[in-house]
Amino acid sequence: MAGNLRTEEMILNMGPQHPSTHGVLRLQLVTDGEIVSEAEPHIGYLHRCAEKIGENVNYQQFVPYTDRMDYLAGMNCNHAYAYAVERLMGLAVPERAEYIRILVLELNRIASHLVAFGTYGLDIGAFTPFFYAFRERERILDLFEELCGARLTYNYVRIGGVMIDLPAGWLKKVEQFLDYFAPKIKEYDELLSYNKIFIKRTASIGVMPADAAIAYGVTGPNLRGSGVQWDLRKDEPYSIYDRFQFEVPIGRGEMGTLGDCWDRYMVRIREMKESVKILRQALATIPEGPVLAEEVGKSVKPPASELYTRVENPRGELGFWVVASGKDTAIRCKVRAPSFCSMSIFKELSRGAMIADLVAIVGSFDIVLGEIDR
Amino acid sequence: MQSWIDQLFGGTPGALVYLTFMLGACAATLALIAVLGMFLIWLERKVAGHMQSRVGPIEVGGWHGWAQSIADGFKLFLKEDVIPSAADQLLFKMAPFLVFAGSFAAFAVLPWGGKVVIADLNIGIFYILAVTSLVVVGILMAGWSSNNKWALFGAMRGVAQIVSYELPAALSLVAIVMWVGSMNLGDIVRSQAGWFWNWHVVQGFPFFTIGAFIYYISALAETNRVPFDIPEAESELVAGYHTEYSGIRFAMFFLAEYANMFLVSAIATIAYFGGWYTGLPFLDFIPGPIVFVTKSLLLVFVMMWLRWTLPRLRVDQLMNMCWKYMIPIAFFNMIGIGVVMLLRGRA
Repeated sequence: MAGNLRTEEMILNMGPQHPSTHGVLRLQLVTDGEIVSEAEPHIGYLHRCAEKIGENVNYQQFVPYTDRMDYLAGMNCNHAYAYAVERLMGLAVPERAEYIRILVLELNRIASHLVAFGTYGLDIGAFTPFFYAFRERERILDLFEELCGARLTYNYVRIGGVMIDLPAGWLKKVEQFLDYFAPKIKEYDELLSYNKIFIKRTASIGVMPADAAIAYGVTGPNLRGSGVQWDLRKDEPYSIYDRFQFEVPIGRGEMGTLGDCWDRYMVRIREMKESVKILRQALATIPEGPVLAEEVGKSVKPPASELYTRVENPRGELGFWVVASGKDTAIRCKVRAPSFCSMSIFKELSRGAMIADLVAIVGSFDIVLGEIDR
Repeated sequence: MQSWIDQLFGGTPGALVYLTFMLGACAATLALIAVLGMFLIWLERKVAGHMQSRVGPIEVGGWHGWAQSIADGFKLFLKEDVIPSAADQLLFKMAPFLVFAGSFAAFAVLPWGGKVVIADLNIGIFYILAVTSLVVVGILMAGWSSNNKWALFGAMRGVAQIVSYELPAALSLVAIVMWVGSMNLGDIVRSQAGWFWNWHVVQGFPFFTIGAFIYYISALAETNRVPFDIPEAESELVAGYHTEYSGIRFAMFFLAEYANMFLVSAIATIAYFGGWYTGLPFLDFIPGPIVFVTKSLLLVFVMMWLRWTLPRLRVDQLMNMCWKYMIPIAFFNMIGIGVVMLLRGRA
């Protein structure tokens, strides 16, 4: 009887409908019991032909499409594209618009990291931080709704500036939010970050060495979690980021190995604190003035040229390679999505991990399928 | 209960009378579990809500949504009975009842008050430990018969966890049995009569205090509660071994979980926290069952509190904790109590 017993590896499908894969991601697992010998991600379930559409609509019409790629950081994506086209055209953006952009970009960064924090807690099994994170995020979304009418897909940062000026009292509300939010980060640390069980689940799990991260093109908090000091806001400053004082948190291997899930998670928590710093400085120094460049009319016609620009999204480096033809529609509008490159290293990290660890690793990458698939 | 029936009839009545009373007791216990289950589910949702900065059920029935559980139970009754076509039909149907039977049977020996007990077995603890093991078979059946790899995962994890954690639980109860000298639950409670420093958790410091923690943590693992809710790890396996269940079958699993929670809290109360005694003799006019139920409910509340605060352990970390930490500590406990008994001349 014993001679007939054999153990086979199980082929298992995780997703595309799954509570923990952060979107419609399908992971094909080959497991030996709990231990995964191979985990292959399959993407494309959210592909909406955004880049092809970029070749068919004019530059301003494409801005709403950028919202829907990384829908948790709409302002940042709008800005990445607007910045690319402005650089192509050599367009100068009014001062006030730049300051407003900084305000909404950093607020959106906080909102995006709050989602990452809340859902990561949920993946690890702590149900409560999710509600706290979303409670804070509601206040940010209320601010955005008052500003441009939308909670998630803003279409606010336009080519040449921003859509509309700030409503009366908005700046005061942002200041009130910052006063309310700053002590909350300490609350999150007490509840989740330094919890023994959370540390056990995330420290020394999914260790990404710095050289492997760079080789795979990983950027953003994922790269910084491996100890690499690289933030486009500081190293290739765009917009007016060079006017603000802030630190760039990196992972230090405090709880386990350098480059583990805990480091990536902690980089995001610390980045929220830094964003609060930037916001306070911007609030103090915002000037008056117009919010949209006057040369921008009904349509923009950048000269025939091509350019690759990149900005620091909450998830990493969002790059736009725009090929202009002199007409009002681009010939090619290629998007370099940060989550796509983060996912590319996943197969390597998941070898030998347990299924519960897979969930921890995917959560620590903070991917958004909208920008992986476009 | 048997002595009460004999007293009632002035002698030993026939088997038919016993049978009738038995069925009556079963029905009463079932009703109690149903009411308790509904109350606990409502409580869980309210506790969860308030800890998560929201309110939980608030509409149904008016006052804080007290009728929410009734409404949900009603809805589950009306749901279509969906059984996956490739599922093992018999096992699939039987599994929820086995899981429920495991905890239901253990309610028979719980002493609610001084004389209020259905079956005053002299091997009470042994019976409870034996009968709650039925749950393991039920879970395995549920996971296997669902014909769903994820359900199977959940079932395997659940079985490994429950079987492993039965050891520290049993060992900590064995220490109590050694000290009291009897496996009868009533005797165990009666040895804690009087002031609250007679309760085993205080009286037997440090061994019984540690034992209380060991038992409570093992109880968390037995009932698949966070931080040990790997089998139903919602964010990993959707719902683990009861993924494919809907309607009344799911309701049975759900009810069994809450009945089990109450059961292990009740056993913890009996073994460590004084059973039906208030711990303050001047308050002893309060009926035993009320004190007992209140104490058990407090322990259940702590279980809920932990669920909404802590993240969950990975399955190998969980097993690690059991075999490398909890069992050695439980053994140390047992030996310690033995030494104390020798020294005090109680052996």
